[in-house]
Amino acid sequence: MSSVPGRFRFALWAPALGVIALAIAAWWAAVVVTHSVIFPTPWQVVMATVELIRNGRLWDHIGASLFRVTAGFGLAVIVGVPLGLWMGWVSGAFTTLNPLVQMLRPISPIAWIPIAILWFGVGNASPIFLIFLSSLFPMVVQTVTGVHTIERRFLWAAANFGVSRYTLLTRLVILGALPQIIVGMRIGLGVAWLVVVAAEMIALHSGLGYLIIDSRNAGNRYDLVIAGMIIIGLIGLMLDGFMRLLERMHCVRWRYVR
Amino acid sequence: MSVKLAVTAVTKSFIGQERRLDVLRDISFEVADGEFLAIVGPSGCGKSTLLAILAGLARYDHGEVSIDGAPHQSADAHGILISQHGSIFPWLTVEQNLKFGLDGRPNVERVRLARHYSALVGLEGFESSYPHELSGGMLKRAELARALVVKPDILFMDEPFSALDALMSLRIRHELRKILEQERHTVIMVTHDVEEAIHLADRIIVLSQRPTTVQAVIEVPLKHPRHLAGPDVQALRASILRELGVEADIV
Repeated sequence: MSSVPGRFRFALWAPALGVIALAIAAWWAAVVVTHSVIFPTPWQVVMATVELIRNGRLWDHIGASLFRVTAGFGLAVIVGVPLGLWMGWVSGAFTTLNPLVQMLRPISPIAWIPIAILWFGVGNASPIFLIFLSSLFPMVVQTVTGVHTIERRFLWAAANFGVSRYTLLTRLVILGALPQIIVGMRIGLGVAWLVVVAAEMIALHSGLGYLIIDSRNAGNRYDLVIAGMIIIGLIGLMLDGFMRLLERMHCVRWRYVR
Repeated sequence: MSVKLAVTAVTKSFIGQERRLDVLRDISFEVADGEFLAIVGPSGCGKSTLLAILAGLARYDHGEVSIDGAPHQSADAHGILISQHGSIFPWLTVEQNLKFGLDGRPNVERVRLARHYSALVGLEGFESSYPHELSGGMLKRAELARALVVKPDILFMDEPFSALDALMSLRIRHELRKILEQERHTVIMVTHDVEEAIHLADRIIVLSQRPTTVQAVIEVPLKHPRHLAGPDVQALRASILRELGVEADIV
């Protein structure tokens, strides 16, 4: 009996693993066929990763990047979710702040780099600020949408019971918008992880972004560049998996079909 | 019996971009304390709009709605509306839904009342279930329990059983009748189902086509439990259908 779920799980993952194996095979074949001396084979990337693990640099870089993402993203959650709830619930707040949010939202975080350096210097504060800024807007927009899409029948029912503002906020607004808030957090975290690489190219000496640019500058070590890229992808996948655990909460299951 | 709710010359129009739609015109009636009043009418005549006005959830242009002699203009827990499409919060469990309206009371009392009413409507053992884990009939029971738990003066029901199959509708109507024998509530129910109105109501108001007026007020002088296949019920059904404009040969 217990082997059935295991088999089922393998069947679920097998196509995805097959596609990854095919991509690696194609990459390997392309390097061999073109006799490239700069672009590494998958095996060379594996060896470069082992080298990073052995000399201890990998964990330092991962730790530094995770710290910046956690700080920037955490700040964005603390600011973005309450701001989105306020803008979603109070129409005056929405009409006042939404034009500013929509104006700032499309500006690439990279465009903010000179300003970040001007304001915060070249330490940790600059990348944290850039990550905060880039995660903030998806979070605000999705939270506002979450509140705006609470159905009228539920608003009527809540009004009908004449409950306190606190109950209205905690039992109706936050919980009703929670599935969209989680979507905003997933998007925000994805963007944060994208931005950390660019942000760490600001004269820092740690982080996966720094590892990539430093490996490129210090002797065309493309095996390390690609190792860094793959590690970023794997950590991004793990972080998204962690965020998806939030979707399993009972109080948001009603919103998801699967 | 004293008058619980009085509706005097209520008028309501909707003004669209191109035209004005007169929905309710000079609607007047009274509902006695503890009475079960059913409102029937043709589709689109404004039954649900009228009920939302009575519950204080929609505005009207002219006239007055009063409860116990005092003007009633906004929604409060004195009158709870059970809507046609259901409004059980999907993000709360059955018990949390029932506790929602008991805001401000000690938690021990809220839990006790929520469990008592869950059991009363046959949802014992499902207090921790979320709405998406329940059937349509169970959801309707939860909705009924959530309305009853706050002990409203008036229960407003908008086509409450329309989404259920005939058997489930009949079963829940029986259960509602039993609850109303235990607990005194004034009930105003809007329905398109004449049989449902006769099954439950003490009095039936028949509304006309738009602009809607009160076309007839029909007493239901039958004791409970009512046998729906009986000649008295059938005769009453035929007379209400005639008021609604259904031709005699179809009746």
